[in-house]
Amino acid sequence: MTTDKAGRVHSRGDARAHVAAAHAGKGRGPLTRIALYSLRHPWQAAAAIGATIIASVLQLLIPRLLGHAVDQAQGILDAGADGAEQALFWSAMTLLGVSVARGFFTLVQNYYSESVGHHVGYELRLAFYDKVQRLSYSYHDKVHTGDLITVGLLDLDGLRMFFATGLVRVVLLSVLIGVGAYMLLTTDIVLALLALSFVPFVAWRSSVAQLTLRATWLTLQQKLSALSRVMEENLGGIRVVRAFSGADFELAKFDHASKEALALAHERVHVRVRNTSFMTFSFFFAMGLVLWAGGNKVIAGEMSVGTLASFLTFMTILQMPVRQLGLMVNSFARASTCGDRFYAFLDQPLAISDAPGAPELKVTEGTLRFEDVRFSYEGATHPTLDGVSFEARAGQTIGIVGAPGSGKSTLAHLIPRFYDVSGGRITIDGQDVSKVSLQSLRRAVAVVQQDSFLFTTTIENNIAYGDPWAKETKIEKAAESAQLHNYIMGLPAGYDTVVGERGVSLSGGQRQRLSIARSLVLRPAVMVFDDSTAAIDAGTEHRIRSAIRRYASDRVTLVISHRLSSLLHADTILFLEGGQIVEQGSHEELLAQGGRYRALYDLQTRPTEDIEIGSAAQ
Amino acid sequence: MRAIEEDDRDVASFPGQRPPRASVGSHRIEEEIFGKAYDPKTVRRIWAFVRPYRLKIYLSVAAVLVFTATQLAIPLIIGRAIDSGMTQGGNSTNLLWAVATFAVVVVINYAASWIQESQVGQVAENVLFDMRRAMFAQLQRVSLSFMDKTEVGRLMSRLQGDVNSMQEFLETSVISVGDMVLLVGIVVVLLTLDFRLGLLTLSTMPILFIVRIFWLPPAKRAFWAAHETNSITAGAMAEGINGVRTVQNLDRQRVNFDLFDDKAYNNLLTQLTGSRFAQVMVPIVDSLTGIAMAIVVVVGGSLVLNGGLEIGVIVAFLFYIQRFFDPIRSLTMQYSIMQRAMTSGRRITEVLDIPASINDKPDAIALTRDMDGSVEFRDVVFGYSADRPVLKNVSFKVNPGETVALVGPTGSGKTSAMSLVHRFYEVQSGAVLVGGHDVRDVTQQSLGEQVAMVLQEPFLFTGSVFDNIRYNKASATREDVIAAAKAVGAHDFITRLPGGYDGMLEQRGSNLSLGQRQLLSFARALVADAKILVLDEATANIDSYTERQIQKALLTLLEGRTGMVIAHRLATIRGADRIIVLQNGELIETGNHDQLMEKGGLYAKLYNMNYASFDDIPDELVAQANARAAST
Ligand SMILES: Nc1ncnc2c1ncn2[C@@H]1O[C@H](COP(=O)(O)OP(=O)(O)OP(=O)(O)O)[C@@H](O)[C@H]1O
Ligand SMILES: Nc1ncnc2c1ncn2[C@@H]1O[C@H](COP(=O)(O)OP(=O)(O)OP(=O)(O)O)[C@@H](O)[C@H]1O
Ligand SMILES: [Mg+2]
Ligand SMILES: [Mg+2]
Repeated sequence: MTTDKAGRVHSRGDARAHVAAAHAGKGRGPLTRIALYSLRHPWQAAAAIGATIIASVLQLLIPRLLGHAVDQAQGILDAGADGAEQALFWSAMTLLGVSVARGFFTLVQNYYSESVGHHVGYELRLAFYDKVQRLSYSYHDKVHTGDLITVGLLDLDGLRMFFATGLVRVVLLSVLIGVGAYMLLTTDIVLALLALSFVPFVAWRSSVAQLTLRATWLTLQQKLSALSRVMEENLGGIRVVRAFSGADFELAKFDHASKEALALAHERVHVRVRNTSFMTFSFFFAMGLVLWAGGNKVIAGEMSVGTLASFLTFMTILQMPVRQLGLMVNSFARASTCGDRFYAFLDQPLAISDAPGAPELKVTEGTLRFEDVRFSYEGATHPTLDGVSFEARAGQTIGIVGAPGSGKSTLAHLIPRFYDVSGGRITIDGQDVSKVSLQSLRRAVAVVQQDSFLFTTTIENNIAYGDPWAKETKIEKAAESAQLHNYIMGLPAGYDTVVGERGVSLSGGQRQRLSIARSLVLRPAVMVFDDSTAAIDAGTEHRIRSAIRRYASDRVTLVISHRLSSLLHADTILFLEGGQIVEQGSHEELLAQGGRYRALYDLQTRPTEDIEIGSAAQ
Repeated sequence: MRAIEEDDRDVASFPGQRPPRASVGSHRIEEEIFGKAYDPKTVRRIWAFVRPYRLKIYLSVAAVLVFTATQLAIPLIIGRAIDSGMTQGGNSTNLLWAVATFAVVVVINYAASWIQESQVGQVAENVLFDMRRAMFAQLQRVSLSFMDKTEVGRLMSRLQGDVNSMQEFLETSVISVGDMVLLVGIVVVLLTLDFRLGLLTLSTMPILFIVRIFWLPPAKRAFWAAHETNSITAGAMAEGINGVRTVQNLDRQRVNFDLFDDKAYNNLLTQLTGSRFAQVMVPIVDSLTGIAMAIVVVVGGSLVLNGGLEIGVIVAFLFYIQRFFDPIRSLTMQYSIMQRAMTSGRRITEVLDIPASINDKPDAIALTRDMDGSVEFRDVVFGYSADRPVLKNVSFKVNPGETVALVGPTGSGKTSAMSLVHRFYEVQSGAVLVGGHDVRDVTQQSLGEQVAMVLQEPFLFTGSVFDNIRYNKASATREDVIAAAKAVGAHDFITRLPGGYDGMLEQRGSNLSLGQRQLLSFARALVADAKILVLDEATANIDSYTERQIQKALLTLLEGRTGMVIAHRLATIRGADRIIVLQNGELIETGNHDQLMEKGGLYAKLYNMNYASFDDIPDELVAQANARAAST
């Protein structure tokens, strides 16, 4: 439980419950699902709907009262002033009272329907965020971040507002039109039918428009995504654009995407305008009919002027809801498209999650084993790892070398289960990594990734990212080991310096060292350095390595590197090629073997001689 | 037994608390959202975008006026119809006329509303796209130092959010012209129908203004807070999406979820407060409507009694009063839309006004393919901020056709130096010359065409392999692309991708290994076919064997071109004609491999650490290097 600024108690348990509830109702249509979900706030929803009904009934009373007042005035004129002022005064007071009450209930209606929307928005947002964090690498590999952001912002908004702009409006409009129709029908059937003659037209038009709007919404959203992708990648890759003077090229891409989106946006305006204009027109048409027929009735003495006036007032009151019908249609169309996409995202099965009742990983010896591990990426034609087996004990360092694409990073990503193996298994102290809880596994394994992602926050927070409770001394120690402390202390704001997005204000090597420091704060049983010193000079790297060695005694360290001097102290070096280990042994053993490793070594140590790796390997 | 010592990561041991060193999102509080509702300078800038469509705007304003007039006329016609002959046994010709007039007015109303809405809607969309394009085009020109400091998400929110609120404003502003006219029209009609009654009815208005005076300041604050917390939450969400791999890697999901919940919950509270402020006006306006109607009934009724008023006038009055408060309500709403639009407009103009601090001179010359390809640094001083120089008085010259290597400890300024060759940034003093011309005297376009770069951080676009390698070199054929891919040794893996050269890359090339991404970005630089090739750690993530293949291929490819190579792996630079050693922003030595080895300076030390012996490096050597590289 925490207390927020407003002093309210907010329970964390609720947050989890909201997430669970958002997942309920799989398989139902998006509109049903969001409607049911909105009803999780039964009191607020009931208040909103109840107030809507009362407010609209009151709204219908007003023309009655007005008609009554007009009749009274007429009566005064006809019959003289006996007690008339009194009567007028009372009808004025009723009018006032009803107006005030209507205002109050409209307030309740609007506030609570918005409130339901805000609550739903808050809860769905939590569910969305939670899902994003749970979906595995393989999902995020395929889906553009911009598209996800659209789902989390725009689609969620469309759903959130459905209660207020869709459901409550349905109630409002049905009451207004339903009760109103009843009242009119009981007054004068013919006139009432004329007054309501616009309803079927409007209903028909709305459903047509709903379908068209839905379709345009869907494609428009796609076009806009494409457009924002162009913009986002342009800004993210601005250095490439500049380096190649690609501005014109990028503008052409932008124009292409933009033109398509613009055409659709126009189309949408058209559909909408055609719809609302038609609705208004058919409404006025009905009003004209009432005027004509009603007028004739008055002339024929079949109806009082007051009744006609209340008929017409009733219709003016309907004018607003009729316009709103268009909005309601739009809201339905929007909520159903947005809902389709939002729920499709939420219902996504998790490729990687805890098996039910998965035990914690218990690290005892700290032995990592790969047993005939196979792995292919989805849709790939070749396996990326093809029968990899090795064992590493605590205190040991395993070096991994291999050409780009030979599967080194993939191997590293399998240990903390960023992907699941397609065959064989990986164990830590005999426990299959896919059988233990993800949290315990990921805490036991730290991977310094090949391309380091930094967050826009202070250097200190970046280093403490994996352990935000870490003490200052621990953070400094990690920075020292990563040979970054001196640099940081030289900055005007020291550890409080904010690093730019993805660390743009740092040099390549500084970024890598920051991400090394980030992992050094942790105390994992298995630590992987994935080519994480590539942009660091040999001197600095050496210092980092000797600093790290202090920690390494009780854990397995995997070092992936293209620089063989980094692997020199490894107990075993694995040479990967095409997803298979083709050579394995200590540095000396591999040199003595005279194979591929030897050839690589020669290339790096005797740069001026021409060494043919192909022939050496044979 | 092995114990994981001091694992204080467990959130469970600090129930309900937030870690001291954690945050999600990076939102800085923006300037006041609800600024002035009217800012002539911004309006002028916005008008510049609307101007091309002004005819349509005029047309729709005219349509709005007609529309408003018909709205006003309708109750009048009804009142007239009732008064003239709508009594028992009255004249039905009069009624017929009234209905006919009504029909005509309704048709006009229909046409006007159609014209107005569709014209305005289209103009608003067009203006939106134009503004977005103008901003996007401007961002292609602003300096990188601005881009470094500005997050992509922040710019995107200007390109999308701000532009959208401008659109909303444009769509509603024409309607509010109508509202204003309607309001004035109603006032006039009421006063002419019956001056005394009209005045009495309108006397309720000042109450509304007084209420608003008290309501506005706290309401503004509430709306601002709601807006602000909303963008904070959105920012945190975007960060969660972009950094999801790292989040999972470092097992931060739980902490982040709670932190996000804090922000989202706070947003919920401020939104609710905002709603309360917005809705509280509803009963006030409704009560005023009620009062006005009551006045008409009581006062109007007694006037009728004295024979001073016709009943039709009362009916018309009641009609108008109900209409009267609609435009007020929507104008109130329009007011806040307008405030928001002004802020957005200001932010949009801010982007448009970011000085493109790096501009072509009016008489800038275009570098051509047959320039000599030399690069010279003359006493270059450069820093990202004025007081912290990154390069200090660096001078060197790379002769045409030469390949020069830049080495130095991390953070010594190598990448920065190469950025200057491309004029990503301006030097603080001194000069950088390319092909004998100061880079400030040549067009940036031609500079980009003659200097091709492989950046330290490979960046690929979503799209096919082919499109990525070709990028903007439209003249490159498929053969050129394949030749470049072969030269960097990427051909084999490309053909193995599903789809080969037409295989699709995901965002930033995430379905390739980092080395493969680097190879593609290398191939892209080769296809650009430039006179000068800059390789910034182009092979850092590539094995020595592949690198050797590339070097062999480059021997022929670089014939007649100038090369500048940055590398940490010294084997990478073995082919260089000359080596420049940078340390801490200073050029400390230069010469070829043998000369530098003989000199026994930093290069020799670095080189020895790398290769001389694979035994432990003696500590004193490390200490020496430490002393020199202390500040990196
Ligand atoms: N965009 C930037 N804004 C502010 N400071 C920067 C920026 N880019 C680099 N720096 C700083 O300038 C210095 C030199 O960085 P540069 O990238 O030139 O180093 P480098 O020699 O390329 O290092 P590395 O080998 O690690 O890539 C570093 O201290 C770095 O933090
Ligand atoms: N997310 C992915 N989806 C599909 N294929 C992938 C994905 N990531 C990598 N691959 C492919 O799997 C193979 C192995 O990639 P991996 O990243 O493991 O290579 P690596 O050995 O780490 O290479 P490098 O030295 O370049 O880092 C490559 O052919 C690559 O194209
Ligand atoms: Mg890799
Ligand atoms: Mg660099």
